[in-house]
Amino acid sequence: MPVYFIRRMMQSVLVLFVMSLLVFVGVFAIGNPIDILISPEADQHEIERATRALGLDKPLWEQYGLFVVNALKGDLGRSFVFNIPAIDLILQRMPATMELAITATFMGVLLGIPLGMWAGLRPESFSGKLIMSGSILGFSLPTFWVGLMLIMIFAVFLGWLPSTGRGQTREFLGVHLSILTWDGLRHLAMPAFNLALFKLSLVIRLARAGTREAILQDYVKFARAKGVSSRRIIGVHVFKNIMIPIVTVLGLELGSTIAFAVVTETVFAWPGMGKLIIDSINLLDRPVIVAYLMVIVFMFIFINLVVDLLYSVLDPRVRISESKG
Amino acid sequence: MKRIFAATGAGLAAAVFLASAVAAAEITIGLGADVTSMDPHYHTLSPNNNIATHVFGTLIDQDEMQKLKPGLAESWRIIDDSTWEFKLRRGVKFHDGSDFTADDVVATLARVPAVPNSPAAFTIYTKSIAGVSVVDPHTMIVKTAGPYPLLPTDLSNIFIISQKQAKAATEDFNAGKAMNGTGPFKFASWARGDRINLVRNDGYWGPKPAWDKVTFKLITNDPSRVAALLAGDLNAIEIVPTADMAKLKTNKDINIFRVVSNRIIFFHLDTDRDVSPFVTDKQGKPLDRNPLKDLRVRKALSKALNRPGIVDRVMEGEAIPAGQLLPDGFYGTSPNLKPEAYDVEGARKLLAEAGYPQGFAITIHGPNNRYVNDEKIVQAAAQMFARIGVDAKVETMPSNVFFTRANKLEFSFMLVGWGSGTGEVSSPLRSLLATFDAARGMGTANRGRYSNKQMDALLDQALATVDDAKREKLLQQASEVAINNLGIIPLHYQVNSWATRKGVMYVPRTDENTLALEFKPRS
Amino acid sequence: MTAPDTALEPALAAKPQTPFQRFLADFFDSKIATAGLVVLAIILFVAIFAPWISPQNPYDLSKLDIMDGRLEPGTKSMDGKPFLLGTDDQGRDMLSAIFYGLRTSLAVGVTASFCAMILGMTMGLTAAYFGGLVETIIMRIVDIQLSFPSILIALILLAVLGQGVDKIIIALIAVQWAYYARTTRGTALVERRKEYIEAAQCLALGDRRVVFRHLFPNCLPPIIVVNTVLIANAIALEATLSFLGLGLPITEPSLGLLIANGFTYLLSGKYWISFFPGVALLFTIVSINLVGDQLRDVLNPRLQK
Repeated sequence: MPVYFIRRMMQSVLVLFVMSLLVFVGVFAIGNPIDILISPEADQHEIERATRALGLDKPLWEQYGLFVVNALKGDLGRSFVFNIPAIDLILQRMPATMELAITATFMGVLLGIPLGMWAGLRPESFSGKLIMSGSILGFSLPTFWVGLMLIMIFAVFLGWLPSTGRGQTREFLGVHLSILTWDGLRHLAMPAFNLALFKLSLVIRLARAGTREAILQDYVKFARAKGVSSRRIIGVHVFKNIMIPIVTVLGLELGSTIAFAVVTETVFAWPGMGKLIIDSINLLDRPVIVAYLMVIVFMFIFINLVVDLLYSVLDPRVRISESKG
Repeated sequence: MKRIFAATGAGLAAAVFLASAVAAAEITIGLGADVTSMDPHYHTLSPNNNIATHVFGTLIDQDEMQKLKPGLAESWRIIDDSTWEFKLRRGVKFHDGSDFTADDVVATLARVPAVPNSPAAFTIYTKSIAGVSVVDPHTMIVKTAGPYPLLPTDLSNIFIISQKQAKAATEDFNAGKAMNGTGPFKFASWARGDRINLVRNDGYWGPKPAWDKVTFKLITNDPSRVAALLAGDLNAIEIVPTADMAKLKTNKDINIFRVVSNRIIFFHLDTDRDVSPFVTDKQGKPLDRNPLKDLRVRKALSKALNRPGIVDRVMEGEAIPAGQLLPDGFYGTSPNLKPEAYDVEGARKLLAEAGYPQGFAITIHGPNNRYVNDEKIVQAAAQMFARIGVDAKVETMPSNVFFTRANKLEFSFMLVGWGSGTGEVSSPLRSLLATFDAARGMGTANRGRYSNKQMDALLDQALATVDDAKREKLLQQASEVAINNLGIIPLHYQVNSWATRKGVMYVPRTDENTLALEFKPRS
Repeated sequence: MTAPDTALEPALAAKPQTPFQRFLADFFDSKIATAGLVVLAIILFVAIFAPWISPQNPYDLSKLDIMDGRLEPGTKSMDGKPFLLGTDDQGRDMLSAIFYGLRTSLAVGVTASFCAMILGMTMGLTAAYFGGLVETIIMRIVDIQLSFPSILIALILLAVLGQGVDKIIIALIAVQWAYYARTTRGTALVERRKEYIEAAQCLALGDRRVVFRHLFPNCLPPIIVVNTVLIANAIALEATLSFLGLGLPITEPSLGLLIANGFTYLLSGKYWISFFPGVALLFTIVSINLVGDQLRDVLNPRLQK
């Protein structure tokens, strides 16, 4: 177990190192932040002053060296644009993205598992086929397109939900969450559903496939033969069996949900991390881009650990030490 | 042509605005670009300056046509070529109750160059100032390094803070505790990337704002901003997308307010190098000389552009064909310059005269997220050049890549824009058309390296002339030389637009600012 | 995006029919999958023959006229030819633009997935066959890559590379190869323990021969399933990247770029600029997924009745 953790941490550090180097070289290759940030009327003198102020006058390797030294001290640099520590900027935006991603995942699970099991138990029925065709739509429609359709239908034509933005927030344990207010929930509904759609389709498919396989397995046949009620078979035996892949995939997907929030946040003007990274790329705000990737990588490491732990709880055959190499 | 053309709604100028018919007067306004800092001296960026205008005052204000008018300075006069006297307004109080005096101006001017990490400092507006002396609490003398007629214009960009905040850090402004100004609204809160809340300053020296509370919501996505207005979540939006304009105009619940802007969209072209990287013959082989150096070729390309067509089809009427650097009527514009007429035959003839009867090939570069419909304009221009036998390829890219490459002079023919923050024509002349001279700060955005001695001389003379009437004559002559020579090919002036829900009126501004003070409820 | 895990064994051939006949019979068993295959065939036909069946070449700016811009479906142009599905802001005939867009989208999706497949399979087979350090290194890279969201990798890559068909294909390969590598390795590990590989090794055949002549063909079926899903994913991802403003050049729009361009007109009632390409994209991805789904069911021995 400890060996496994240490190896995992070593890998992660390596990933962080490689990522940060790539971003440094990458942003350098894209363009010079000064060209976009500076006032168009600025003269040469002002351009040189700004270049020095942002530390861009030093050679690239020196800039990177400084970054690594500071990063080891826990300082990921200051945003070129906002002049506040990049990590603060990201942490300020993180609750908005997290509540969106987590709500979307819950929507996906709560709707997806019953629908998927239903389709798995009645694969030939009309409703079963309808659910499956629906899930293909969920896979296929690009997120941005669905998002705008949702706005047009529910905000413009029907006027049921607010079109964009984040609603009122309430502070909870020092974090501002909109999920705690009615106004916030109304604002959250559409973007969360938009983001959940892909996840929903995924869960439906996993649940259906799992159910179809499970009901053919010996232990289900045995339980049936033993006279266990079919509600219990489905609710306990089949359910447990399909949860393993769903937990694994959803855990791993939480990361990409956070990443795909980029699109949803752009369409719904949701003030989260995803919108921040797009804006930062457009403004070549390198410290924010680097810090964002660092945060995402850390989050993935954490999520992967949790998934591994859950996995071993759900499936006693798997022990952590052997789960990965 | 009238410079204001308020579209729908009652005639603006005549409308009588009665103060607040709504009980608790609140307004929610959708902004189209993100605000990066509350510090009024950190980054000179339009969205930041717009918010600062609400909370802070300036010595001199710009009206909706960018004409200067008294702000915290009641009057100013020239004592000699490089000495100015400013009389400050009496009885003005900061939000914290302290009196506004000349010491606050001194503290402000001291802080401007001392803001750390600024990516674009306000020093470009203070660099001409050689010294400031306080005569009495409401009189001050400003010395400039030489004759500098633009001092009042420059000072209209400097936000005055209280001397108590002289040492405040950017963080203090962002957190709100240093947000102590003399403006019509007090700072309430800021949720980064989401919204800014302001409340009325009842002690404001100017007209009483109609709103108790102002909420600015940041919605950078165009369709989302329109949708939020249509859904009634917002009372007003800025930067109405051209695509939605036609539909919004027919909507009875929506008012539109439009005015021509100080932003010109134009083509900059390489008139300097003998071999330009993106001009070739039709087979892609390099040419022995650069056709863009020939005035007849430039003239042909200008004639090939169907400006009314681009305005009507690409801009959906939200632009005005351009014949010079700023719309007619702005300070320094020439009455003799008119937009080039669309003339395919004439263009072909000129090309043939210049020795290119078969045309040549060119790549037009442009940004795809900087100006209104930028990449669509580039494509339309390429279509039109094809009609006179010039094969035009189109290459658009995000502005982060575009401007870095453009500044390295990698392009031959590019679409760019210029907004004159000063509201007069010396700004584009010296940045875009003056011969490049890094030391003197001339031609800093002259990405075609256009150079004309006559123009340079006229401009230098104008910049050292303090007399307004004489200076205007010189600037007009300089414009005529540069434009008749096609140092740039003007395309159109953008139109600034705002949309409001019925019952809210706005005075549209040439400078793109969205000022809550200028929104009025209609009784 | 995670492709459904398909570490499956190849179809068994224990029935009197030949395996291929049985496969066809199973496939056409499902009406909806058959319909999907028919739609896909039509789409492929349109995409391949777009230059010959389109009324206009929408990629040639000199053939367009902005005075024909934003016309409603059915209106006639100034020289009399009708625009069945209307025009976009540049005066592009939407029908032609969709035909060409399908061609570009499919070409990008198929090329990217195919290259990713070759790269991924080579890596996966190498890992499975040699094991040891080689395997550890390759699979670590795969793990790391798969744990990182595809859209972010593509986003950063494209920001650095710039625009262009080749650039977006590179970005999509970089995103997708790891899925193939993992699936291939999973399958190959199962196959490697089988007798025929042992037999080949006993015959002292060279490594390369064993891998490519014996191991490789037996790993194909699950890869084919993954491939169909990933082609659809590649097309959707390209559309999303185009929407975010990173991707193909504006003068040669794919379906995704057409949708993104029309996006700004949706609220203003000019639905056709975005709607019709949206429908075309929908049909393309759904039909590919339907076929892929059925392939998986048919090739999965555990589901055989």
